[in-house]
Amino acid sequence: MSANNRLTILEDLTIYNAMEQKQQLLDALGQAEHLELDLSQVAEIDTAGLQLLILAKREAARLNKDLDIVAHSPNVRQTLDFCNLAAFFGDPVVISAHEHA
Amino acid sequence: MDELTSVFIQEGREQLQAMEDGLLELEQNPDNHDNINSIFRAAHTVKRPSGVIQCHFIERCMHQVENVLDRLRNSEIQVSSDLTGLLLRCCDQLSSLMDVLEAGQPDPSADTKAAGDALLVELTGYMAPSAAQSSAMVETEVEIHSSGGGMMITDAWHISVRFGPNVLRGGMDPLSFIRYLSSLGEILGLETIPDAMPPAADMDPESCYLGFEIRLQTRASKADIERVFNFCADDCDLRILPPDSKLAEYLKLIKELPEDDMRLGEMLVRCGALTQAELDQGLISQQAAPVPVVEEGEEAPPGPQIGEILVDNKVVQKAVVDAAVSKQTQVNEKKAVEARLIRVQADKLDQLIDLVGELVIAGASANLLATRSGEGDLIEATSVLSRLVENIRDSALQLRMVQIGDTFNRFNRVVRDVSKEIGKEIELVITGAETELDKTVVEKIGDPLMHLVRNCMDHGIEPAAVREANGKERHGTVELNAYHDSGSIVIEVVDDGGGLPRDKILKKAIEKGLVQPTQSLSDQEIINLIWEPGFSTADQVTNLSGRGVGMDVVRRNIQSLRGNCDVSSVEGEGTTFTIRLPLTLAIIDGFLVGVGKAAYVIPLDAVVECIEQKNLTTDRNFLNLRGEALPFIRLRDLFEVPGEAPPRESIVVVQFAGQRAGIVVDQLMGEFQTVIKPLGVMFPHLRGIGGSTILGSGEVALILDVSALVHAVSQSEEHRLLARPAQHKISAV
Repeated sequence: MSANNRLTILEDLTIYNAMEQKQQLLDALGQAEHLELDLSQVAEIDTAGLQLLILAKREAARLNKDLDIVAHSPNVRQTLDFCNLAAFFGDPVVISAHEHA
Repeated sequence: MDELTSVFIQEGREQLQAMEDGLLELEQNPDNHDNINSIFRAAHTVKRPSGVIQCHFIERCMHQVENVLDRLRNSEIQVSSDLTGLLLRCCDQLSSLMDVLEAGQPDPSADTKAAGDALLVELTGYMAPSAAQSSAMVETEVEIHSSGGGMMITDAWHISVRFGPNVLRGGMDPLSFIRYLSSLGEILGLETIPDAMPPAADMDPESCYLGFEIRLQTRASKADIERVFNFCADDCDLRILPPDSKLAEYLKLIKELPEDDMRLGEMLVRCGALTQAELDQGLISQQAAPVPVVEEGEEAPPGPQIGEILVDNKVVQKAVVDAAVSKQTQVNEKKAVEARLIRVQADKLDQLIDLVGELVIAGASANLLATRSGEGDLIEATSVLSRLVENIRDSALQLRMVQIGDTFNRFNRVVRDVSKEIGKEIELVITGAETELDKTVVEKIGDPLMHLVRNCMDHGIEPAAVREANGKERHGTVELNAYHDSGSIVIEVVDDGGGLPRDKILKKAIEKGLVQPTQSLSDQEIINLIWEPGFSTADQVTNLSGRGVGMDVVRRNIQSLRGNCDVSSVEGEGTTFTIRLPLTLAIIDGFLVGVGKAAYVIPLDAVVECIEQKNLTTDRNFLNLRGEALPFIRLRDLFEVPGEAPPRESIVVVQFAGQRAGIVVDQLMGEFQTVIKPLGVMFPHLRGIGGSTILGSGEVALILDVSALVHAVSQSEEHRLLARPAQHKISAV
């Protein structure tokens, strides 16, 4: 079991992929003490995807593991912001200058 | 009719079809839960937008159907053939309501309305009392006023929503609703409540567990806010507190929601609905109070509460949903399908095919000029060009191809209904549903097929008792087959019934004077008499068939599609109707032949081989081709082309429907892409010619109708054998 593990999600975090992604997330979480999620490739996120992120974060807390989202795609960031969940995940969010404008 | 309505009608019809298919399936497998869900989804997809376009008569009918389906889904009632029958009739009713909408009438006619009301009464029988009541509640519109009078605590709406587990499966994305809220006003605060989510092992990623607490500053009315959630109204728990609501109402909200009081309280504080002080005060005072019910004086800021209208959050108001919201959901629901399909208007496609046809002709002419010029480069360039044109032609024609399955599936319903009506047990077996053919053909083949299938059921299949007595299975089978065969599509309608009674047909034919009693006819010729106009052997006329307007119309319809139909039958074992249709109506690969100065095109699909014959005999019209007799016909004689035949003639061997024949021509000119131009109205009775085309040189060439030619050749042979002494020359057809 490696201490650090990075999981890059390439597909959209949507209902269409939710089934596989749940397993993917939980498996990744099971294999590492500290899981880093790279969501920079996630073009779309919907309620199902959001749920999965919440589930993974909660599961990590329950197992005393760390789960950090290390990279957000603009859509993910916007959604987490909108749902007021940025604090729940507690990850540093990088907002690029032009995007902010 | 606006665009929204026409889209609704189109999609509604598709959904109704899906619903009908599902119901038929349900009748076979009552326990298939997935199927019930998909029926429900289809019904739901019709109902929602019907509200959007304010088509209330459809919405009302659909609502009742949905209620019954919902009970079915929850296994509160059992599937029975009565119920599926009723639901199928509701489908019919809905599609006639669609017709009303399509015709642009504001209300259905009295007849339709009465039929609908009768169905609704029947549906009520399957409805739980509470469901009937709640549907009534839906109709009442409740205007919500802010409670007023009391002390102002907050000045924004508070929206508390918990989405039901099935929202996501219904194709909706709760986040998009919440996002849409921000178009009504400003979201001051928002908290996501994931508490309902079970532990990871039990969590179903396709269920929705989320809830939201939202502070919304807006000038919109309560109805406006509710409208946002209209699409999932059945499947979400929505509570809306108007601005200036009393603390007590928030406390009531906290009590009512499933989450822990303190936790929820914190959430409300965080999203700015309450201040911490208010919350503490409220909860403490409530705990102190003997009854948990909100009473006067419990509140921190006491105030007069008389006449206060409690927000009845269960009330869902029916109202117009603006196009934006409808679009949102439709986008979600259709996303998966849309990714693969584009809707294109049929006439645009036709225009494309026309243009491709012109391109083919122009290409042929360029080719011809290039060949004449003898310049190698030019010939090469034009041959590449013509190959590409050929590819474009094929793809363009492919665009018009649709699977015949949809047409076939319609017959499931027909067979079901008819077999109930006439009291026979009949099963429909469909094979080759994925066979593709031209859309125009598919549209036009429906009616003839319907006639044949009904005929099979009515005349072909015997009653169950008779079948058993004859040692057959109780239930009869009607088969619909489709497959491709040398450039045409073959559709078969097969029944395993009693077959065609030859004696009876002959007797009837003699009665009607169609044949002379002294005439000797082969079995096949007798059977073919059924195609004669006005011919019916049915002992009694039912309302299905047997009125004698039938088979000749069927045949005419099929012939108008350049197809033909045959029947074969074994008495006691069944009947097979075989329909042959050309794959496409527009462009074919042709084989160009010459007779005298004129050019003719034979459809390449029909050509088997070409042979050269020196000094062909003129006294008989068949030859020995590798041990088989091949009847042939001379185009020169047939079309009375002047001039002498050259010493070397060529014979093109063609095949149609299993029969071979030779066509004698002067010269072979090779393959040619042929755009079929119809013959003018002056030549409808011309036999042996299927159409015309334009050659690269600008000349006109006639397209031979191979089926008619083969038929003529083989028939003349037969006649010659029957009517001795032999006649030597084939009469021109």
